[in-house]
Amino acid sequence: MKAMLLVLTALFVVMPGYRVLLADEAVSGYDYLQPDMQTMQDDLFSNPGMLVVEQGEALFSSPGENGKSCADCHGKDGARLDTKHIARYPVYNEDLRQPVTLHGQIQRCWKERLGNQPITYRNDELLQLESFVRYLARGEFVNVDTDGALAPYYSAGRELFHTRFGQVDIACHQCHDYHAGQMFRGQVLSQGQSNGFPVYRFTEGMVVALQERIAQCLTKLRAEPFAEDSPENIDLEVYLSARSNGLRIETPAIRY
Amino acid sequence: MMCELAVNLVRRIRYYTGGVLCLVLLAPVTVTAADAGQPPPYYDWQAVNYEINAPLGGLTGVAERGRAIAGDPFGGNCIACHRLPIPEKDFHGNLGPPLAGIASRQSTGMIRLHIVDQSRFNPETVMPGYYRPFGQLHRVAAGFQGHTYLSAQEVEDVVAYLATLK
Repeated sequence: MKAMLLVLTALFVVMPGYRVLLADEAVSGYDYLQPDMQTMQDDLFSNPGMLVVEQGEALFSSPGENGKSCADCHGKDGARLDTKHIARYPVYNEDLRQPVTLHGQIQRCWKERLGNQPITYRNDELLQLESFVRYLARGEFVNVDTDGALAPYYSAGRELFHTRFGQVDIACHQCHDYHAGQMFRGQVLSQGQSNGFPVYRFTEGMVVALQERIAQCLTKLRAEPFAEDSPENIDLEVYLSARSNGLRIETPAIRY
Repeated sequence: MMCELAVNLVRRIRYYTGGVLCLVLLAPVTVTAADAGQPPPYYDWQAVNYEINAPLGGLTGVAERGRAIAGDPFGGNCIACHRLPIPEKDFHGNLGPPLAGIASRQSTGMIRLHIVDQSRFNPETVMPGYYRPFGQLHRVAAGFQGHTYLSAQEVEDVVAYLATLK
């Protein structure tokens, strides 16, 4: 009897579909990729997301309306940026009394320090800068605060993650917590971790940011997506970022 | 070939825009565009002992049509999660159980309830309720409000198809 139980348990652990179910820990979307896709992500020359990162790098040192550039404060190629701090985003801002995402911080700098016209979430420049800055922290562990001032936003995002949406009427956690590792048509469902964002998506053929990805998911559920930087999206971004705590930042990651 | 491409394009547009653009594009060429704005009638159904024995609205399903709907990514899209004996389509998913031989394991009424509202069997299911009452859904996109996922006729077609898988 004991031996049989042991064998059954071993089978359960070995079977790939259940590995993730058992593992009570975050698994990067990288681990669900085919080996050639992993190689492509690791090799920065063949990684298509690097195009956007390099555009961001050029923007980083190009002057804004008032003649200053990001590099004037943050050093050439962001040398003075603290990569450990980048891995902590979204952070709670005491002055604004709300969470500030990485792209939100870039939007503020863009307007206040560079004196430019404000950029919205869908602007290419914002995506390029965000990709570049996250890329600087590649390899850092995601380290989002969950029990300080961000706690209410974290739990609101968690609530949304467990809410059913749209005509399809399923919640994010049902696929990404229960069925990670299984096949949805030709795609392997991952845990939906956010550590690689902004990611290059093969199905889209372009780099997408986290809130855009959430909108794509909701559209697939035949639900009305949330507006960019709406409170719901910020909550979700806080929760999804914190959900990846302990994973390494992979920007620009490659995903299906 | 071109016709198939056009149909796929229209479906794609319908899918991503929630039907709005599709109506605009189709308005000059189809007379049914005006009807499409009206949601089809919703037929009430009753599940007894995990079965819906009466066909929805008394409609008769056609198995060949059901087979097409099951393999159509913009239709029922059954193969996204289930393996089915539709060999011309690649990459059947495995989120759900394989459905070959389903008719020898389940009655037609039970198959119908599985398609209409799978959550009667498993409240935590990821399978859409293809003919579930749509009153209590949350944040449904504009183009899909007041509609079930599949029409009653489409559900009956798929039921007829699955009933042939003995």
